Amino acid sequence: MRELKILAVVVFFALLTYYGVEPYAHSVMHKDVEGYNFTYDGTADIQEATEALEEAQASGRNVAKAQARLEVKKAFWSEVDKIAKIPGNVANGQAVFGTCLACHNGAGVNMGGVIPPNLDHAGALYDKRYLIAVIKDPAMASNVDHKYENTMMHPMGSVTAMVSDPQQIADVVAYMLAKKAGDVTPKAAYEEACARCHAMRYSKITQLGETPSFTDEKDELAYKIKVLQEQELVEAYMGKLPPDLSMIIRARSTHFLETFVENPQSQLEGTSMPRVGLSQAGYDKVHEYLTEIGDPSKKHREALGPWVIGFFVIFSILAYLWKKHHWRDLH
Amino acid sequence: MAHFDENAKPFSNRWLDDRLAINTVKKVLSTEYWIPKNINFLWAMGMVLAATFGLLVVSGIFLLMYYKPDINMAFDSVNYTIMTEVGYGWLWRHIHGVAASLVFLIIYIHMLTGIYYSSYKRGREMIWLSGMLLFIAFSAEAFSGYMLPWGQMSYWAGMVITNLFEAGSLELTGLVEWIRGDYVPGDAFLLRFFTLHVLLIPLVIMGLIVFHFATLRIPHVNNQDGEDIDFDEAARLYKEGNKKESKVIPFNPVFLSKDVFVLGIYFILFFYLVFYHFDFAMDPVNFDPADGLKTPPHIYPEWYFLWSYEILRPFPKDPGLIAFGIAQIAFFLLPWIDRSPNVAPAHKRGLFFWWFWILVLDMIALTVLGKLPPEGIYNTLGTISAIIFLLLGPALILITKLEKKL
Repeated sequence: MRELKILAVVVFFALLTYYGVEPYAHSVMHKDVEGYNFTYDGTADIQEATEALEEAQASGRNVAKAQARLEVKKAFWSEVDKIAKIPGNVANGQAVFGTCLACHNGAGVNMGGVIPPNLDHAGALYDKRYLIAVIKDPAMASNVDHKYENTMMHPMGSVTAMVSDPQQIADVVAYMLAKKAGDVTPKAAYEEACARCHAMRYSKITQLGETPSFTDEKDELAYKIKVLQEQELVEAYMGKLPPDLSMIIRARSTHFLETFVENPQSQLEGTSMPRVGLSQAGYDKVHEYLTEIGDPSKKHREALGPWVIGFFVIFSILAYLWKKHHWRDLH
Repeated sequence: MAHFDENAKPFSNRWLDDRLAINTVKKVLSTEYWIPKNINFLWAMGMVLAATFGLLVVSGIFLLMYYKPDINMAFDSVNYTIMTEVGYGWLWRHIHGVAASLVFLIIYIHMLTGIYYSSYKRGREMIWLSGMLLFIAFSAEAFSGYMLPWGQMSYWAGMVITNLFEAGSLELTGLVEWIRGDYVPGDAFLLRFFTLHVLLIPLVIMGLIVFHFATLRIPHVNNQDGEDIDFDEAARLYKEGNKKESKVIPFNPVFLSKDVFVLGIYFILFFYLVFYHFDFAMDPVNFDPADGLKTPPHIYPEWYFLWSYEILRPFPKDPGLIAFGIAQIAFFLLPWIDRSPNVAPAHKRGLFFWWFWILVLDMIALTVLGKLPPEGIYNTLGTISAIIFLLLGPALILITKLEKKL
């Protein structure tokens, strides 16, 4: 019994230390950010603008500007809300979608900083309200309007002139949700939602998509130059080259990734990363791909673990019997 | 010249004994190496440490086959080649990572056991000192190994720790550059820490382990009551078959059978961590590749260095370094600052009992505070904990001087 008491003391202090340096320390170091389950109704944006206004009022500077920004955000999201209630017509939406294809055509040509994303699975990956919002005002929807205040125009900014009628927006979104919502593989989800900015070298994906294999070294180098040129454009547009995401699944916690993808500003204020508007289902696909590449041993671990642990359980039982045999006549 | 049996078959027991005295060696090191009977499972921590070190060596050799000590390739050789392309590479890596962390947990338990039972004094000073040397060698091994994946924390911890050699106001930047082989951690830095990690320090550790075992042979290990056992008399009783009356047991097989059982239980925990909870030993920050232009918001060492880091951190530069230096050598001095004549477990030593638990709690407090950001209340608590640690030394001298002989 004495041994068990000693063991209890040792375990207690070991767990106390563990609790202090892991769960507790990390809860202090990382701010707690609320998630909204990948729905986009502007709650987070209005909250941010309200806090900015309170800060401005406290410091007495830029109060009018902060006030105006809050009003704009409120108006924008209530507008989105109204459009979301209009029933869309899929057939009409298909016609409007033709306008989108002018840029979102999979040609892989950089336009104003980035390659417009392929929309083949837009309806399966993105949230309905987000799609409405992004057509209405791309900068506001992505919550990076601070980037475009008076310096430049959002690369997709021209859409506001092309598709502005609420009915049109409802139609094209209805079309995407109905016709661009087929089964999407985790890899395609990553390529469509993330890869135009974030390379993933462990699966040979660059900003230009999956790297083909070459037999001629000259072709390979020529392709590499094209990748570097594309990265330069992205870097110029974003301020820095967005990080490669090969290992991001192990470098950030699950909660961080979820809340960051949902609203980058919530974790990294002022970041130039846009909100991409993934729905829960779309994010799950992306997360699956990040895990597949960044933590490929997961299924092997789960398969092997019980056997190894089972081995040591049997080992311990036999060792106990051996010990009993030798200590039997000592006391 | 000794007598050789001409009829002995080559490599038979007799033949080997004539040449190597294997029967004597076996007696001295195993079957007649006497261990007190009055012990608990904490006495098996030495064997647990040896086994963990063995796992570190074996897993380390497998990792070495694929690791590339080059700043452009190191990160990917670990995170891609070993984790994705090498069969069971992930298993060796996780074993190595978990073992590197657990080895320190067991070292701390082993050390604190030694302190609790006064096993560092009155004939056992060399055991304690060789153990402390092992602690330093393991610390160097852990630090150099932490550089190898070349992630953000490798780089920045390397930067911070090598900066310590600037020695505060002495500003020995030349020394720091000499250690790094560059102005900042780079290829030369990585390659030299790699060499230390896979060659020099393991050799030193192996030598020290042999030495640590050797220091045990004459004074023998302590027992739960600190009793001064007449080993010759106890051994005679045992050999005569009076096992119940004898206070000792032979290392092999009696002590070993208990060690192996403890090892079994330990390995259940160990492999549970390897398969299901390895992330506690692998900080997420280190999965971002090293970037000299991007300082992580929080830089902290692995958990086992946090207590001494927190003794450095709350003070201004120079006093902080001095306090840090004292913390590094404090435990070496233990056999001499403990002035008590008693070798006994702490619960029989009056005030020493309280001193011991204050030490444990203070070190845990320092460990936790060492990881927390040094702001507000944490800063205050950190300073208080560090001062308490520094005061524990003089306090020990005082209370052990007052201690009455049992």
